[in-house]
Amino acid sequence: MSDYTKPLPEMEGLTGEFYDFCKQGELRFQQCADCGEFRHVPREVCAHCNSFDWQWAASSGRGRVYTWTVVERALHPDFMDATPLAPVVVELEEGVRLLTNLVNVAPQDLVMDMPVEVEFRAVTDTVTLPLFRAV
Amino acid sequence: MAANPFRQGDNVLKDQACIVGIGETDYCRKPGSGLSETGIQLKAAVAALDDAGLQGSQIDAILAFPNLNKSEAFAASLGCDNLRFAATIHMGGASPVASLRMAAMAVAAGAADYVLVPAGWNGFSGARVRETSATDVDSIPGGRISRDYYTPFGLTAPPQWYALMARRHMHEYGTTHEQLGAVALAMRKHAQLNPAALMHGKPLSMADYLASPMITDPYRLYDCCLETDGACAFIVTSVERARDLGKQPVYIMGAAAGQPYPADEIVNRRDFHKIGLTIAAPEAFRMAGIEPGDVDFANIYDCFTYEVIQQLEEAGFCQRGEGGAFVEDGGIELGGRLPVNTHGGLLSHAHSLGLGHIAEAVRQLRGECGERQVKDAEIGVVTGWGDFGDGSIAILRR
Ligand SMILES: [Zn+2]
Repeated sequence: MSDYTKPLPEMEGLTGEFYDFCKQGELRFQQCADCGEFRHVPREVCAHCNSFDWQWAASSGRGRVYTWTVVERALHPDFMDATPLAPVVVELEEGVRLLTNLVNVAPQDLVMDMPVEVEFRAVTDTVTLPLFRAV
Repeated sequence: MAANPFRQGDNVLKDQACIVGIGETDYCRKPGSGLSETGIQLKAAVAALDDAGLQGSQIDAILAFPNLNKSEAFAASLGCDNLRFAATIHMGGASPVASLRMAAMAVAAGAADYVLVPAGWNGFSGARVRETSATDVDSIPGGRISRDYYTPFGLTAPPQWYALMARRHMHEYGTTHEQLGAVALAMRKHAQLNPAALMHGKPLSMADYLASPMITDPYRLYDCCLETDGACAFIVTSVERARDLGKQPVYIMGAAAGQPYPADEIVNRRDFHKIGLTIAAPEAFRMAGIEPGDVDFANIYDCFTYEVIQQLEEAGFCQRGEGGAFVEDGGIELGGRLPVNTHGGLLSHAHSLGLGHIAEAVRQLRGECGERQVKDAEIGVVTGWGDFGDGSIAILRR
């Protein structure tokens, strides 16, 4: 795992908490304690009702492909050997969307609205990324 | 009731200020400008002063482009010893047109007499956007979100961000690769009429376009703007002062800016196609008291081909979903329903950070465009696009 050379998130604040849940095998999003809205990426306040009260609520981990791009020519040095690579937007059942990759679908086989579910991948000792698989 | 009823405040900006000077350096790729990014902008600024017939000491406001250099540095070099207003609008490529609007605001409010707006860079020989967008988290408002939630998954640079939007639009509305190509071809065709365009003398066919390598699907090489060195600047003053200057003034009829929601995150937008321009355009047209159909030409920020289609839709030149058909069959070429980017745009002229779109609009309205002149051009629109879809728009008239 230590030979992983791609960029990693900064494990700080709410982002650190989000990825720490991933490390435990849980996909959790912030859910407003007052109005029930889910949100992603993490923010201090609910944009729907401005409440500061929220909890990390479990996601079903299920969603559908919303859009994607297929990177054929990497524009970042750490992805030069990783193309073709498809950053995919998945819309979860809770309504939030996540930018991710699919583990079992070749870029040319991606289909809009394809059902997917989360699959965690520990890429370093500290960071686990939420990836998805077509189901 | 009219679609865009007049609101109190619309008359504060309308026809209160004019663009009275433009200046542009040459644009180049290899071997690079040989100047610093400050130096190249100063060169454009001095050219704009000359065009307006003004001295540096008369400039009392400077609106600098984000992340390049500060207004204060330009003032020090240009002899602006009575600077009263200095600001930077952090909207990436939407900043120059948003600064044009702020310049009009400053003039209308009496906060400045002569406003200088410069922008320029070594976009080829210096640091490339593709690199800074992933490594400099302060380069855009969503930089940290991008670092933590996009970059680890290989989404690292602007064409990839916007390709997500293009792909979704293709799915929902049936927009085709050939329609994206029509945008690239129109810009390239216009560049053949502009000796200053870097793609002058290099025509492009649909077959060439479709054969060009895929960069990030659906964007091929020719869907992507040029990376160039060069700078541009313009000067805004009041209508009254403009009458005393040498060049035919270009009036700012309407101007506005807007943000997508959320502006710092591109994935979680309830309305995935809504951008800053969606908010800005109705305000600008209402202020100007005209409809999109009244416009003789439009200079649309063409960082990538789909962004032209998207902005044509969101600015109201056609309905959402109809942009693909709008650009087909020469629709945005000279002689078409709405000539777009007669200078060749970012795709085929040069990457002037969008300020070249303003300069070209001024030349069109002055009637200085020669072979590529839009006949009897009276009203032109300029848009800006930046970061995750920030938008700005100005409606100009002669
Ligand atoms: Zn709430």
